[in-house]
Amino acid sequence: MSDLALHIPTDVVNGPISLAFALLAAIAVGACVIMARRHLDERLVPLAGLATAFIFAAQMLNFPIAAVVSGHLLGGALAAALLGPWLGALCVTVVIVIQALLFADGAVTALGLNVVNMAVIASFAGYGVILLALKVLPRTRWGLGAAVFAASLVSVVAASAGFVLQFRLGGEEVGQSFGELAAAILGTHVLVGIGEGVITAGAVTAVAAVRPDLVHALRGTRLAQPAEETV
Amino acid sequence: MNPVDGLHRPGDSPIHRLRPQVKIVALVAFTCAIAATPREAVWAFGVYAALLAGLFTLARVPLAWVLTRSLVESPFLVLALAFPFMVEGDPVQIGFLHVSEPGLWAGWNLLAKATLGVWAALLLAATTPIAAVLAGLSRLRCPEILLQITAFAIRYAHLTVAEVTQMRLARLARCDDPRFLWQAGALARSLGVVFIRSFERGERVWQAMSARGYTGRLPLEVGPAPAGALQWTAALAVPAIAAGIATWTAVFV
Repeated sequence: MSDLALHIPTDVVNGPISLAFALLAAIAVGACVIMARRHLDERLVPLAGLATAFIFAAQMLNFPIAAVVSGHLLGGALAAALLGPWLGALCVTVVIVIQALLFADGAVTALGLNVVNMAVIASFAGYGVILLALKVLPRTRWGLGAAVFAASLVSVVAASAGFVLQFRLGGEEVGQSFGELAAAILGTHVLVGIGEGVITAGAVTAVAAVRPDLVHALRGTRLAQPAEETV
Repeated sequence: MNPVDGLHRPGDSPIHRLRPQVKIVALVAFTCAIAATPREAVWAFGVYAALLAGLFTLARVPLAWVLTRSLVESPFLVLALAFPFMVEGDPVQIGFLHVSEPGLWAGWNLLAKATLGVWAALLLAATTPIAAVLAGLSRLRCPEILLQITAFAIRYAHLTVAEVTQMRLARLARCDDPRFLWQAGALARSLGVVFIRSFERGERVWQAMSARGYTGRLPLEVGPAPAGALQWTAALAVPAIAAGIATWTAVFV
């Protein structure tokens, strides 16, 4: 599965809708640059560059799902949990553009669609879920892990729902089977999302244990230590 | 092949020598022409494929390589194969299968356009090094901040990818061979470690840059070379033919 792409190719979604989403993506990316620069000012270029390099490497890592099936990370929720939604979405956008221009993965005319789904929707949906979940769950290793797992699952499914919406607006008229198609796409992505969630939760809790200040979603606070370990 | 180097195949063909900004514009124009062509104009797609095959030959890119790399789109081919059974319309019989005629057209449309789109993008990726793509985008007035982030990302992706590979070898050397998702803990933790290392490296790079007077923009005044009228004409000839065919078919078919 490692060489397969989930990026939308040429003309799956028609011209006007692609153009509308390209505009939306451009506005969103502009907002991301402004917001990320507000936090990082002149550190933006080196830090965002390194974070993007990390997302790039993370996407190359194949993880097993079951037996011979393996998948690779999409990275939206990972980026959002560690870097915050603005910088996270920016990094994933850069990865998508690199893949379209240097790896022929995803059409240039569908860049806006892919950026909106995988960078913008995935990062913001994931980050929202983490913030909500951390209000309810205890701020422990397991609490953070569960929050990140839920966030990854939601971000992958939300990104695929973004595609379903775009397909509904500007794809083929499939009439009554649209429901089945949507169910098949969303169902597959629930499975992908579970894999993504386990790996992302493991990675984020590992970072939180050593450098909690680097996990954006924790907002500078440490994880609560279990009582017996603090003695 | 290092996965970070893209799909570039070094060479010295006329297509390799074209300026990158010209090639990027040509790719976008050609892809738009493909997308705008009505699906019933089957011959038009044949002409596009022939044009691309000619360009690949001119660039000395082996067709076998192109076909292998085209597998990237295969998940969408599943969608193309599903269309004949999903789209409603007049049924036709092929062998023992009952499929709908608009569905067949929809599947053909997706198959043909996605494949041609990937081929056109492969032509750019195969003939243009990464640095040149960035220079071309800069020439096309792409926001400088995004290009700088991209340049940094590509430069350091070599390092992070090497770190991930090294940690994978270290895991394998210790007999870690996860077959199922719940066994992938070490893999996830190693990803966390790579993140910490990347972020700390980013901070060190920034400190080194600010020690040398960096204030948020790179002091580079060396712009990428402009392209002459001859280059533009040569590169846009093929997209122009494609656009002509797309218009012709849209009006007369």
